[in-house]
Parts: sequence; structure tokens; C-alpha cells
Amino acid sequence: MSLAETPDVSRNSARLMLMLLLAPALLWLLGLIVLPHLELGILSLRHRVAPRVYEPSLAQFATFIDEPLYWHTFVRTALMSIVATAITLLMAFPIAWTIAKIARGRVKSMMFVMCLIPFWVSETVRTLGWMILLRESGVLPALLVGLGVTPAPIEMLYHDATILVGLVYTSMLFMVIPLISALESLDDSLIEAAYDLGGNGWSILRQIVIPHAAPGIVAGCIVVFMLTLGNYLTPTLLGGKNSQWFTEQIYTQFITRFNWEQGAAFGFLLLGLSTAIVWAGLKLSGQKFGEVMQRS
Amino acid sequence: MCCLGWRPISFNYWWVSAVIASLPRPLWLRTSTMLYGVAFFAFLFLPLAVVAVFAFNDASYPAPPWRGFTLDWFLGGTDAKRLGLFADAAMLGSIWTSVVVACWVTVLSVLVGTANAFLIERTQFRGKQALSMLMLAPLVIPGVILGISILAFASGIANQADDLWGLELDFLRPGLPLVVLGQFSYIVSIATLTITARLKRFDVTLEEAAYNLGASRAAVLWTITLPYLKPAMIGSAAISFLMSFENFNTTLMLVGSDAPLTVMMYGRMREGATPVLNAVSLLLMVSSAVLALTMMRGPKGNASSHSD
Repeated sequence: MSLAETPDVSRNSARLMLMLLLAPALLWLLGLIVLPHLELGILSLRHRVAPRVYEPSLAQFATFIDEPLYWHTFVRTALMSIVATAITLLMAFPIAWTIAKIARGRVKSMMFVMCLIPFWVSETVRTLGWMILLRESGVLPALLVGLGVTPAPIEMLYHDATILVGLVYTSMLFMVIPLISALESLDDSLIEAAYDLGGNGWSILRQIVIPHAAPGIVAGCIVVFMLTLGNYLTPTLLGGKNSQWFTEQIYTQFITRFNWEQGAAFGFLLLGLSTAIVWAGLKLSGQKFGEVMQRS
Repeated sequence: MCCLGWRPISFNYWWVSAVIASLPRPLWLRTSTMLYGVAFFAFLFLPLAVVAVFAFNDASYPAPPWRGFTLDWFLGGTDAKRLGLFADAAMLGSIWTSVVVACWVTVLSVLVGTANAFLIERTQFRGKQALSMLMLAPLVIPGVILGISILAFASGIANQADDLWGLELDFLRPGLPLVVLGQFSYIVSIATLTITARLKRFDVTLEEAAYNLGASRAAVLWTITLPYLKPAMIGSAAISFLMSFENFNTTLMLVGSDAPLTVMMYGRMREGATPVLNAVSLLLMVSSAVLALTMMRGPKGNASSHSD
């Protein structure tokens, strides 16, 4: 059919096809991503001077700097996310190594599936589990009393460490998977050769394994950091009133106080931090954004 | 660290044999690997295990001690204080809300994701590279920010319509239509990635052969290309459904009066609810396990039917 068509007709039909395929993509990207973020940007850069009268200003960002609570929360959220990412990496690496290099056959696929299972369940359910385990009337405090470690049940919720436990738990899968795929592509003979040439455990890890796994490590860290920074559920439920997570500030400004201008400014600060870290991670490892996304 | 070279060869030998399976490993290394593995999987499964166990505890609060086995948290309905899951109309309603939202998100994501795959793989136009990059952007935007930006934009339009023409556009106010759009805005990125990856591996000569044999465009699409894409479409449908069902961050910002399950559970968890939460959690665990297992069996069955 297409051979018989005149060039003009086929070019027209190709154009029509392009338009039809382009329409949903543009509707999605413009209507749900680009324009909403522009609106958010405009909101964050205006200030209400009278009811329904606005003028351009940086007042929201000035408030962020002047009010210690706000920027403390911001810095705290960033630091806690970095710590959570580091702990996740340290905990995930041995397991990823075991799955990629030591386990074989049935054990290997079983361990892999066991890493996946908890993440088929929603974060709400996983957080509920941690609350039942850790709260004052919960399982672990009761166990500690039973073992005679503490005389009375202690409250294990609402500490920074609790928030970290929850965040590490929620992020684990997103670190384990890219690490496994990075480590599996490492040829065992390279390690054997390094050993023959007199390398020891530490130098082999540093000079062979980590450089080879770097793309996986960076991909995992970027995804985990981003998810942690933007998390709302885990810090608010496990940290309670002490959580002071930045997404909570955004929610308070937007939904509770109805101060959209301030909330929008906070949103942009969080987006800026998240984008900066992703960009820095990609620059450091010299990878392309698309490749990392494919990997994770 | 090179100065550690004095270490006996046997230590090096142990270490190397620990890192790869081909050589025998000493006992202490096997033991510590095993212990770490056990501790790690205990960490992964302990929270889920307690959620499941306390769904059956005969106490009005999901906490120890164990007071005996009961099915009240599923079936109970006579006492308002011991309302079971299947008598809890609010909870059942929120499950239904979540299912409806997830169905919409799934259908939209798979349709648009498939169109995007053809756009990326089969057409040429200026700015295609930039557009396909932009399609990945929603994955690196925190969910909370996706939520508030869509909320602000939709409210802006609704306010304009109200001011200029006196139109009341309810679907642009917080509520389920906005929840669907908010979840769709990033889940479609994942569907696009999955379906594009499969279309990339498609052998175009199959289509050319069909054209040479006189098939029409629609027939080729329907009988050759789409069946080839089917596994990726089914896979991304399952992922979309699960991600929509579990979404919390974006949903929280856009939700109106009808709360989907995650938002409802969050509200009750803050109040300190009865084990009915454990009951609904167990239900979720079982159903996502069933969904995931059928997914994992699915591709194998497809592969074997292709090779026949």
C-alpha cells in the first residue's frame, strides 16, 4: 500500500501520525509538569499586599532565611537524608555482593525475591509494622523488659534514630537492585588476577570493585536520596512532632495555613536541592541521566 | 594501604575466596555472611510479620501481650468498638476509591505510555531528544511537589474560570480527578520507559514483510506490533496499578473528601487505631503477593508460547 501512495500523501499521513502521537505527550508534559511548575514559580515570587492584590517580591525566600525554624528544618532534612543514604549503601552492599557473587542457583533467586517482597506492600503498612514494633507499648520495648535489659518499657518512637531506621528500611530496595546489577557484570577473573598480583582485600575493594560498581552505587544513592528527601509518611509517623521534616513544612503552609506563596517557595527550595544533588551525582560519576533512570 | 603487604598469603587467600564462590571459604567467613544475611532479612520481614500477627490478637489495640486468637478484626460487626474490616464501611469505601483511582491511572498510563513509545521510536522531529528527556523528569521531582504544583495550577484555572465566566469547574478542585492526574503525571513516565524499551528491540522487518504481503497499517499494528508489545503493556499496567494504589505523597496534596486507602490509613494511624488496620494491611499483603506472583509467572508463559 505505502509503495503505491504518492510522496505527498504519505508525507501528509506521516505528519498526521506525528501530530496524533505528539498530542498526548504534550498535553501530559505541558499540562501536568511544565505549566504547574511555572505557576508554582510565579506563586513563590509574589507577595500579597492586599486581598487579591499581589506584587512581585522575594518576601517568601526572605522569610525562609530569617526564620531559623525553616532553614534549620531544611538543613536537617538534607543532612538526615545523606546519613540515611550512606547507611542504606553500607547495609545493602554486603547483601548485594552475596546475591551477585556468592549465592548460586535456587538460593540466589530466592534471596533476590526476598529482597523484593517487602516492597510490594505499601509504605503505610511497613510504617505500621515499625510503629507496632517500637512504640512504648510495642513489641521491642516489651521484649527488652522481658529480657531484663530495661526495668520499664522505653519509648522507641519519636527519635531521630527511629526516623533513620524507617527511611533506610523504605529505601533498601532502590539501593540493592542497582548494586546487584552493577556487581553481576564484574568478571570474577579480575578479582582473581588482582589477588595474584598481590592485592589485598581493601585494595581490591577500592581499586577494582568500587570503580566497577560506581555507576550502580551512584544510581542507587541518587534514587535513595531523592526518595528520602521527598518522604512525608515515614518521618511524620515515626518522628511524630519531633520529626521536623521539610515536606511537612510544605504541607503545613499549603494545606493547613493556606499560605500558598510560602509553600510554593519551600517547594522550589526542595526541588532545587533535589535537582542539585542529582546533577552533582551524575557529574561526579560522568553518567547520563537517561542511563541512570534505565538502570533503576 | 599498600604497607599491609606483610600479611600472610593465607589471609589474602581467605579474603579472595570469600568474595567469589569458586573457591572454598573458611568457616568464620561463611558464618558471618550467614549471620548478616539472617539479620538483614529479619530486618526486612519483622515489620511485616508483626503487622500480620497482630491482625489476629484478641485486644483492642495492636500491641503485646498476646491475648488469644480472634477473627473479630475481619468479621466482627456487632460492637462499634470491635468493628471488623468487612463491617467497616469507611475502610471498605476507601479501598474501593483506591481501586477506582488505580484503574483510571493504569488505563491512562498504558495508553499514553504506548503512544509515547511510538513517538520516541518511530517518528523524527526537532526537539525529540529534549522531549524524551523531559518525559523522565517527573521521576526526579519529589511527589509532594508534583502534588502542590498541580493543585496550584488547577486551582488557578478554576479561579480564572469562576472570575471570568462564572463557571464552577469542580473537577479542578481537590478531589479524585486531580488525584488521578497527579498520580498519572509520574507513573506514565515509568510506563513509557518500559514500553519504549520493548519497542526498541522490535524487528522492523516483520512489519515490512507484512506490508509487502499487502497488509494495511491498522492490520499490521493490530496483528504484529501490539501483540509483540503486549508483555510490556501488561507489565506496566500491573506496576501502574500497584504504584497508584500505594501512592501517598502526591495523593495527600490533592485529595478531597473521598480518601483513598493510604490516606485513610494514615489518618487512623495518627489517632492510634484498632487492629482493623492490621487486618486491612494483611489483605493488602496477600493481594499484592498474588499480583506479583502472577506477574512473575506471566512472562515465562508468554515466552514459551512464543517459541512454539
